[in-house]
Amino acid sequence: MAQTAATKSNLPARAAPKQRSEAASGLLMVSPTAIYALLLLAAPLITIFTYSFLTDGYLTVELTPTIGSYVEAWTNEVYRVVMLRSLGVAMAVTLVTVVLAFPIAYYVSFYVEPSRKSLWLFLITIPFWTSYLIRVFLWKVILGFNGVVNSGLLGLGIIDEPLTFILYNTNAIVITLAHAYAPFAILPIFVALEKIDRSFLEAGRDLGESSFVTFFRVTLPLAMPGVISAVMIVFIPTIGDYVTPHLVGGPEGKMVANLVQVLYLKLDNYPLGSALAVSSMLLVGLVLVMATMQLAIFGYVFKRIAGQTQLILAIFTALAAAQALLAVVIALWLVTGNAPLTVVLGTAVHVVALLALRRKRSAL
Amino acid sequence: MSSEKPVMIEFKDVHKYYGDYHALRGINATIRAGEFFSLLGPSGCGKTTLLRTIAGFEGISSGAVMIGGEDMADVPANQRPTNMVFQSYAIFPHLTVEENVGFGLRKDPRSKAEKAKAVEDALGMVGLKGFGARAAHALSGGQRQRVALARALILKPKVLLLDEPLSALDKKMREQMQVELIKLQRQVGITFILVTHDQEEALVMSDRIAVMFEGQIAQLADPETLYRRPASRKVADFIGTMNFLPAKILNEAGSKVEVDAQGFGKITLDGAQVMSAEGSEGGATVGFRPETLTILFDGQTGSDFESEAVVEEVVYYGDMTYYDIKIKGCDTAVRLSMRNVFGRPVLDIGTKTRVAWSAGALVLFR
Repeated sequence: MAQTAATKSNLPARAAPKQRSEAASGLLMVSPTAIYALLLLAAPLITIFTYSFLTDGYLTVELTPTIGSYVEAWTNEVYRVVMLRSLGVAMAVTLVTVVLAFPIAYYVSFYVEPSRKSLWLFLITIPFWTSYLIRVFLWKVILGFNGVVNSGLLGLGIIDEPLTFILYNTNAIVITLAHAYAPFAILPIFVALEKIDRSFLEAGRDLGESSFVTFFRVTLPLAMPGVISAVMIVFIPTIGDYVTPHLVGGPEGKMVANLVQVLYLKLDNYPLGSALAVSSMLLVGLVLVMATMQLAIFGYVFKRIAGQTQLILAIFTALAAAQALLAVVIALWLVTGNAPLTVVLGTAVHVVALLALRRKRSAL
Repeated sequence: MSSEKPVMIEFKDVHKYYGDYHALRGINATIRAGEFFSLLGPSGCGKTTLLRTIAGFEGISSGAVMIGGEDMADVPANQRPTNMVFQSYAIFPHLTVEENVGFGLRKDPRSKAEKAKAVEDALGMVGLKGFGARAAHALSGGQRQRVALARALILKPKVLLLDEPLSALDKKMREQMQVELIKLQRQVGITFILVTHDQEEALVMSDRIAVMFEGQIAQLADPETLYRRPASRKVADFIGTMNFLPAKILNEAGSKVEVDAQGFGKITLDGAQVMSAEGSEGGATVGFRPETLTILFDGQTGSDFESEAVVEEVVYYGDMTYYDIKIKGCDTAVRLSMRNVFGRPVLDIGTKTRVAWSAGALVLFR
C-alpha cells in the first residue's frame, strides 16, 4: 500500500515537464493551421466589420465612423425583403434537405449490411465529383422551359403546357440547394444513428413499446445531435449562397449574397455591402440560437410527457410549447414593425424561456 | 426442488439457424415459476440466443417457445410477459433515472402521481431511493444495473431475463450484486433466467442450471448435482476444477462397476457415478474434485482409501492452499485443496505425505 502511494506521489512530478513539452509541440503542430485561419478568416472578417462602420463616399471610403449603413440595411425595404427571402429560402432548403436526408441515413445505418455501408456512403458522395457550378447548370437543364422535367411531363401527357414555377424563382433555388447539400445532411445524421446502441431499441421494445413509438421515444432523441449538425451545416452556407440564386433564381430570386456582390462590385458601396454581410451573419447566428432553443424546449416538453400520454398528443403539445416562442417573435414583429428590435427581443425571450425551464428542472 | 410449481417456460425442440449456421440444435427444457434458472456455457454456445428467443428478439427456425402455456410464435417482443436486463444495461442516456424506470408505464392506466410512486418504490427496491432526478449518463456501472433492474421489475413481468448482467462489474461489486439478485428474486418471487459464462456465478445464484455447448443443453440440473455428478467429461471440465486419472474397467455387475484407477487402485463405483466420456480423448477416466482429496497430517487416519504422495507445487490463496501432488503410481500430478484452518501447516514443495479419498467422491467417465 505504502509503495503504491509513493509511486503515485512521484507521478505528477515526473509527468509535469513532459506535459509542458507536449503542449509546446502541440502548439507548434497547429500553428500553420492557426496562422492560416487567422490570416484568411479572422483578418477578412475584421476588415468587413470595420468597413461596415465607415462612411461611403463616391468611389472612396471615408474614415468617418457611422452606423448609417446598418440603419439603411435594416430599414430599406429592398434589403429587408432580400434578407427575409434569404432566411426563408435557407429555412426551406434546410427543412427539405434534413427531412429527406433522415430516411436515407436511417436506411443506410439500420438496413444496409455493415460490410456495404462504406459503399453506400461512397455512392452518396458521387455527385460531388462534378463541379458545383456544373451541377447548378444541370438543374437549369432539368428544370428549364424545354427541360427534362417539362418535356417528360408533356410527352407523358400529364401537363398541357410547360411548368414555369420550377425555374427562375425561389422554388428552383430550394430544389437545387437541397440536392447540393443532401450529403452534408445525410452524413452527420448517419453518424449519430450509427452511434445508437441497438440494445436501446430492443430495450424500448422490451418495455412494451411498438417499433414506431420506440423510434420517437428513443431513436429520434438520440439522433438529435446529428440532426442539429445537419441543420447547421445546411442552413449556414445556404443563406449566403451566391451561385445558385444567380443562375436559377431569376430576377425574383436574388438573395443576400447577390446584393452584397452588387453593392461591392457594381455600386462600389463597401460600407453598405459590409453592413449587409455582417447583418446577415448576425441573423444566421440569432436564428440558429432561437431554433436550437425551440428544439431544446420541444425535446424537454416531449420527454416529460411522452411517458405519460399518447404519442401524437405528446408531439403536438411539445410542438405547441416550442411554437409559442415563435408566436412571441411574430407578435413582436407585428407590434413593433422593427426588424432589429424583433430579432434582439425575440432572442432574449428564447433565452429567458430556456433558463426558466432549466431552473425548474434542477428544482425537481 | 421446485418440481411442484407450475411450468413457466417450455422449449419444445427449438432449432435456430443463421443462414447455414445451426445456432440452437434441438433445445428441450422446462423452467418453472419462481425459479432462478441459469443458462451457462462458453461464448458462442447459444445461451444468449436462447434467452433472446424468450424475449422475442430472435425468431426460431422450428420448434416452439411457450410462456405460461402459450405459444409465443406470433407474440412480438413488446407484448410478451418478459422483461430484460441487457448486458450493456441499455439505460437511455437522454432520460433521467426516473424517466428510465417509468419508461414502460406510458400505457399504464394509473394516475401520474401513482406512477411516480411506483417509480420511487421500484428505485427503493434496488437501493436507489432519491436518485430519480439524476441524469442516466452520470451513473456508475453498478447503479446502471440497478436502474435496469428497477425498469424491468416495475412492469411486473412473469419472467425476468438477465443477459450477463454482472460481467461488466468488478469482482467485489459482482459478488455483492449476486447476493442482492438472489434476495430480490426471493422478494418478488418471479422467474429469473440468467445467462452467464461464469460457472461460479451460476452455482452461487441458481436453483437449476442448464449447461450449454454448441447449441445444445449438455446437462440440466441443480448446482450440487452439476458439480458433484457432471454428466460428461466436457461439463466436468467447464464447471470448476476436476482431476482426471486414467482408469481400466475390470468388472461390471448389475449397476456396479469395478475399475482400476491409476494410483487409486481397485474401486467399486455405483451406477450413478458413471458418466459419458464425451469431450475426452482416449479411454475411460476417473474424475474427482480437488477438495475431495485430503492430506493426512500426523496422527490422522484415512477414510476408505489412502496412499503415499509427494508435494510438487504449492499455491497459497489465504483461506485455501492448492497443492499439486503426485500420488504414488500416477504419471501426472493432481490438484487438491486444503482449507487453512487454525494450526494446520502449509506444506513445502517436495514434502512426502499421505493422502486419502473416498469412493463416493469419484466419477467415472467412459
